[in-house]
Amino acid sequence: MKITEEQVRHVADLANLRLSNEEIARMARDLGEILTHMEKLNELDTDNVEPMAQVLYEAEETATLRADKEKQPLSNQEALACAPLPGGGYFKVPKVIER
Amino acid sequence: MSSPLEGLTIRGIRQGLTEKKFSAGELAAEALRHAREENQKTNAYLRFCPERAMEAARQVDERISRGEDPGPLAGVPVAVKDVIVTRGVHTTCGSRLLENYVPPYDATAVVRLERAGGVILGKANCDEFAMGSSNENSAFGPVRNPVAPDRVPGGSSGGSAAVVAQGTALASLGSDTGGSIRQPASFCGVVGVTPTYGRVSRYGLAAFASSLDHIGPFARNVADAATLLGVIAGRDEMDSTSAAAPVEDYRKALTGDVRGMKIGLPKEYFSGLASDTGNLIQGAIDRLKRLGCEVMEVSLPHTEYAISAYYIICTAEASSNLARYDGVRYTFRSASSQTLGDMYRNTRGEGFGAECKRRIMLGTYVLSHGYYDAYYLKAQKVRSLLTSDFHKAFEKVDALVTPVSPFPAFKLGEKLADPLEMYLSDIYTITGDLAGIPCMSVPCGKTADGLPVGMQILTRHFDEAGMFRLAHAYEQAAS
Repeated sequence: MKITEEQVRHVADLANLRLSNEEIARMARDLGEILTHMEKLNELDTDNVEPMAQVLYEAEETATLRADKEKQPLSNQEALACAPLPGGGYFKVPKVIER
Repeated sequence: MSSPLEGLTIRGIRQGLTEKKFSAGELAAEALRHAREENQKTNAYLRFCPERAMEAARQVDERISRGEDPGPLAGVPVAVKDVIVTRGVHTTCGSRLLENYVPPYDATAVVRLERAGGVILGKANCDEFAMGSSNENSAFGPVRNPVAPDRVPGGSSGGSAAVVAQGTALASLGSDTGGSIRQPASFCGVVGVTPTYGRVSRYGLAAFASSLDHIGPFARNVADAATLLGVIAGRDEMDSTSAAAPVEDYRKALTGDVRGMKIGLPKEYFSGLASDTGNLIQGAIDRLKRLGCEVMEVSLPHTEYAISAYYIICTAEASSNLARYDGVRYTFRSASSQTLGDMYRNTRGEGFGAECKRRIMLGTYVLSHGYYDAYYLKAQKVRSLLTSDFHKAFEKVDALVTPVSPFPAFKLGEKLADPLEMYLSDIYTITGDLAGIPCMSVPCGKTADGLPVGMQILTRHFDEAGMFRLAHAYEQAAS
């Protein structure tokens, strides 16, 4: 299966990932090779097979929910302690909306 | 220099503490000093946390002096893989992106480990976000195999395996998504356990592929691994995927008696083995027969499709889980961005290493418009088939025995150029993760070159006790 550099650029855009030209060329080659290997799955007829959406079916869907009790969350200060750019109790990012 | 942990086990440490041969504080200080000196040989630790270790040891000594039970891991020096968060102690996930990340909370497994008296010496090196089979994808340099320093320790939990093999920790925590505990355990000659999916809470484990991620222990022997798993296992309200099934006393399962146990050898797992590996596994199987196990051939017919299914599912989940590292919350942000979109793209482009990028790209591709059914949905269906292969086999046998890896530890750099070849080497370990069943690696000898080889044991969901019983009986007979 051939993956073009144009396809790589499109997927990188979807993934919000900046790639250099060298990375794009390498990625096209690697993805092509790996996806070719994955085509092997087409040998299998899976029309009547259920996808495995859960690993273990132990109990009702709600059985694993914890009790809805109030408890102390992380403080604002702790939550922001590792932020690259905190400010005024928030995470700051480059301007999104121009006035 | 010799390790202060030489000849010790969890039980041995307990005995030493009770008989006042040493205090937890003395043992921790010695173990730290030794580990720091030896670490330059392997790069297995990324960071030490002496203050935290000495505080934990002090609490153990206090409990003992008050006549209280110091806990099942009292004074035991351990390492924690750097994808598991530790409050106030840097947790990098082996990534530049998190180089300065200091988590504001502890993982549940870490809390339980310390509550049981465990002493965390530091954080173990690993492949970036646990993606790799050689520990060469760490942004902070590869780990060298303590048994053969020109070779890899395996991955992704390479540091966690190496510290136990090197004697710079008595045990450790790792994580396994496609073999990341068992393969390095096998390469370094230690015991590594991947419990049933949901058996150990993942709260505080940096998510890679959520339907496949496990936390599990490394140790020198089966009994210590069983003790450690007993401590960290069990329901946790902070992880809704953690299982409510009661945790057995795994040490009680170590009876040494495996007479009449039915063991299946999946025929698909025994072709293409390096000859030394094949011979050692065969020797181990012969030993199991002499212990009274009933050994028979079984078939897991969909095995050849496992790699493809696995690398579709794990990359799809990874591409979603790693979306959070966008420069907003976690320490690193690219300095050169005018717009929000550029900030996301540049931060991720500069922060992630090559393997993470490759998996994010693959995962995004297989989930992208028009390809979902052909790849992700198809892979989930094949995962059902693979899992039902196991269920059928377990109607006939109590356990499966296989190799862990087709070959022993390879040389640093040997497989880096070919990502597909690296993926293909995971063939025997990924199936256990896909089915969510417990599996482990037990050392079963060394090749002519002195490289350790591991035997894999797999059992039914939540039958860790049966798995440990078999592994322990084998270990006793082999030693």
